[in-house]
Amino acid sequence: MIAELGHFALILAFAVSIAGSVAPLYGAHRGWSDWMTLATPAATALFALVCLSFAALTWSFVTSDFSVRLVVANSHSLKPMIYKIAGVWGNHEGSLLLWVLMLALFGAMVAAFGRNIPTGLKARALGVQSLIACGFIAFMLFTSNPFERLFPAPFDGADLNPLLQDPGLAFHPPFLYLGYVGLSMAFSFAAAALIEGRVDAAWARWVRPWALAAWAALTVGIGLGSWWAYYELGWGGFWFWDPVENASFMPWLAAIALLHSAIVVEKRSSLKNWTILMAILAFSLSLLGTFIVRSGVLDSVHAFAVDPERGVFILLLLVVAIGGSLALYAWRAPSLKSEGVFAPVSRESGLILNNLLMMSSCGVVFAGTMAPLVREALTGAKISVGAPFFDLAFTPFMVLLAIALPLGAMTPWKRGDAGKVLSKLWWAAAAALGAGALVWGVQTGTSPAAPIAMALAAWVALGVAAEIAERAKVGSAPLAENWRRLARAPRADWGKWVAHFGLGVTIWGVAAITAWTVEDIRVARPGESFALGAYEVTFDGVTRAQGPNYVYERGEFHVYRDGVQVAHVYPEKRIYTETRTPTPTTEAGIDNGFTRDLYLVLGDPQVGTGGVPTGAWAVRAYVKPFANWIWGGAILMALGGCLSLTDRRYRVGAPTRAAQAHAAMAPAE
Amino acid sequence: MAMTRKKRRIMFLAAGALAMTGATALAVVGFRESIVFFMPPAELLAKAPGPEQRLRVGGMVVEGSVVRGQGETVRFTLTDYEGSVEVAFAGVLPDLFSEGQGAVAEGYFREGRFEAREVLAKHDEKYMPRNVADTLKTPPPGT
Repeated sequence: MIAELGHFALILAFAVSIAGSVAPLYGAHRGWSDWMTLATPAATALFALVCLSFAALTWSFVTSDFSVRLVVANSHSLKPMIYKIAGVWGNHEGSLLLWVLMLALFGAMVAAFGRNIPTGLKARALGVQSLIACGFIAFMLFTSNPFERLFPAPFDGADLNPLLQDPGLAFHPPFLYLGYVGLSMAFSFAAAALIEGRVDAAWARWVRPWALAAWAALTVGIGLGSWWAYYELGWGGFWFWDPVENASFMPWLAAIALLHSAIVVEKRSSLKNWTILMAILAFSLSLLGTFIVRSGVLDSVHAFAVDPERGVFILLLLVVAIGGSLALYAWRAPSLKSEGVFAPVSRESGLILNNLLMMSSCGVVFAGTMAPLVREALTGAKISVGAPFFDLAFTPFMVLLAIALPLGAMTPWKRGDAGKVLSKLWWAAAAALGAGALVWGVQTGTSPAAPIAMALAAWVALGVAAEIAERAKVGSAPLAENWRRLARAPRADWGKWVAHFGLGVTIWGVAAITAWTVEDIRVARPGESFALGAYEVTFDGVTRAQGPNYVYERGEFHVYRDGVQVAHVYPEKRIYTETRTPTPTTEAGIDNGFTRDLYLVLGDPQVGTGGVPTGAWAVRAYVKPFANWIWGGAILMALGGCLSLTDRRYRVGAPTRAAQAHAAMAPAE
Repeated sequence: MAMTRKKRRIMFLAAGALAMTGATALAVVGFRESIVFFMPPAELLAKAPGPEQRLRVGGMVVEGSVVRGQGETVRFTLTDYEGSVEVAFAGVLPDLFSEGQGAVAEGYFREGRFEAREVLAKHDEKYMPRNVADTLKTPPPGT
């Protein structure tokens, strides 16, 4: 009954999405204001209906209703509650429903908070958003209905893939989708602006919060995915350049470009065409990502479902959305006039450089991701493009970006003086070079990667410090004045500083883990000790026990440094017993530290002749230096985005509320 | 000197062209150096590529061929039902790796044996690596 209700709500939502796109778009075209104002209630109704549908599916999972096929395939009555809920989106159909839920949520938020957006623009933006929702709901209803019943209902379910029964992954898809779909709002605004033929600073202020929110969510989503891979897949890799990872990474890069170019539109009324194009590309890459993940056209360690029919449907959506928007762009963009003028050395030029580097690196990732597909279509040869390609082709852009970032961020708008900028940053440059030299001197081995990356990371971080010092007028004003100036700095500027600093932190983490990981694979007997870098590891033995829906073998290790115990680590091998066939998983034992992780994995028990266990175990041990800095930096970046989002100038509906706030809190400045 | 719109456009295009050229050059060099070919076991045995060529081989893991617990290296046999190759791997096998299922190994073909640096296995009940599915010549006997 509940499942039918959900299905019915979804069908209603489909009808509402058609009405919500056709009426406002046509009304705006004809200038009928009553048709245009339909956009707001339609967006709200769409959200309510999709919510109902999602709630119905969640209910089916929570109550383990095994007459619903999806629940049977992905859940089990004994599974912990959090994974029953995560099971809703841990599969193809449910994750699509989550996609549409987010899409409707963003539309409803614009409808609710965007009271001061001009009626025409709002109607068109919501109309386009509704159109996208329409496409995806149709996709669900026709090829991937989550509410399909199963008769007769089996006694129990097949359980969720044990690899997915993990807190890191439970929340990975919602964040990723929040990001993907958030970019749809920027896309809808871009399409609306193209139809209107007008882009101004106010437009950029409406687009930026959505792009920022989407980007911050994507950052968290990608970070969670990478963190999950790090501790779950059993060898401490944090990024694989896998097609599915690239699928989320490309929109992330494009969103960065969009964020930065939207600033230029807002402050300087320049780069309008380009910003519109970025908004279109960012969401197109999100759609492409969905296509790659959902169609399984590319071999991927993360592909969870492969179905050609669905692939064709998404490809169709992709072609219509991307082709349509690019055609609209080609037709209408030339009419958008940019006004601001600027010199070659200026903040504008710096932001253009940022955009070029972001889009070039994105292009390289795109080429590497799609190459196997193209190559096979053309020559029939099957190839794979792995980390070596991306290390070679992607890294140079990030190096250039890190070099340029502090310079560009320090340069004033319109026209800058290169000498002046350098004079404010020379100490940061000197300190960064010093840090690089120090690392070069201290490290064993001759890889230049770590010293260079250290210098870059320090340069980015110190560049932020220099910028803050400049803003506070450190040295040229009394301390109290320094503080006052910092306290008055807009949240958007704090967001910029925190996010840029986070980038420095991540660069350092990636460089350190890549250059200095220590690895050891051996067979160890209980009681045996072995050296791991500067550490001494003692293997105490293995115990067996029972978890909620699995049995496990747990190894016990003590780690010493200079004779002092520093960690106690318990890696596990689990066997999930409630799945169709018992499924083993490996849980690494990790001791997290500020400057290093100790990472231990229990391998296979050793057997002697005749299959008699010898008591020894294969053991893999790693020291992963500065591992946590990778995700720490990602958190800082996302935090920076959120800080910037809370800047009252960018709040949706800002002008009216800011005016009221000012009136209430006067005197200002 | 503030720039005119025309000058700015020229600068923009020049910078864009430079970035494009850089990206293309890097991608081309990258492809030349680091592309990894995929082949089924039969093709691997027929072509016998050199010991320094990194490649991927994929097929079904032969039932009963997996040797675990003899030191840190795991051995198993991959087959496409036309040819079979023994794979040696010193590392962590993916959790869903198992006998009678599809798997892909990446590494080097040396002295008649495949030395894997990385092993990928299917991720859930439905999933079979697409390259493996495409190249399997005959279905497993008895199904």
